[in-house]
Amino acid sequence: MIPLYFFYFFSFIAILSSFFVIFANNPVHSVLWLILTFFSVAGFFILVGAEFLALLLMIVYVGALAVLFLFVVMMLNISFAGLRSGLAQFLPFGILIGIVIFAELILAFVPWEFKEQAINNRSVAIDTAEDNTVALGKIVYTDYFLLFQCAGIILLIAMIGSIVLTLRSRPDVKRQSITSQIYRDPNTSIEVKDVKPGEGI
Amino acid sequence: MIIPIEHFLTVSALLFVIGVFGIFLNRKNVIIILMSIELILASVNINFVVFSSYLGDLVGQVFAMFILTVAAAEAAIGLAILVCFYRLRNSIFIEDANTMKG
Repeated sequence: MIPLYFFYFFSFIAILSSFFVIFANNPVHSVLWLILTFFSVAGFFILVGAEFLALLLMIVYVGALAVLFLFVVMMLNISFAGLRSGLAQFLPFGILIGIVIFAELILAFVPWEFKEQAINNRSVAIDTAEDNTVALGKIVYTDYFLLFQCAGIILLIAMIGSIVLTLRSRPDVKRQSITSQIYRDPNTSIEVKDVKPGEGI
Repeated sequence: MIIPIEHFLTVSALLFVIGVFGIFLNRKNVIIILMSIELILASVNINFVVFSSYLGDLVGQVFAMFILTVAAAEAAIGLAILVCFYRLRNSIFIEDANTMKG
């Protein structure tokens, strides 16, 4: 019974905190609630036995993404006063769309059982004697190696893209230029002046 | 498994709906819209992992890993575009993105 109680605990926290993500007035608070949501989602993953993904979710989302969001929210000097105006205009439509989507998704709330065909068609059956991380590593580095490399390339392109988008050259800032320092020579940097006694230059 | 799978599916559906609702609710604030997209992707991830675990097929978890990758890349690019936009227009209101008259 204990996993069930943990499940209800995590789902309560996940739903509550995701509500606060969209209703919080301050985006910094929104990011913090988002972190709490991801922690409870990681709790779900641990409950169903996907420990590697749970820890990966914490590292990637909480460690990198949420910090990135916080950094951008704090770096941009925005007044959040007018951001909620026009709420009454969109609220009924949003509630309608939400109810329709939820009514369609709630159709999944029936007792599920997998058919024989689906169980026979498993490509990589989970071996309960093996750790989740070990099992994932065994297939990610062999069967899904090409896709794994593609994921790496996607991340590389995202990194290059965000650097290209945000990098700018600022002419008003003085910077050290190593090349011009190295390529100086005495002919251009030293000037010999003949100063007569009793006079300035 | 002690927890019925439909419980997970319901929580994931609720998270998805809250994400969609957040996009409608905060139509002016790009940052919250990006966070709502992250919520939606998290709910999709829950479905993948739960089905993978209950069916006993590990490939769903591999796929969830790739979703995680794409979500990280998307958020990074989105925030970079947001920073660019803020430098140009000095605001993050979506209505100010009207140069293309869309």
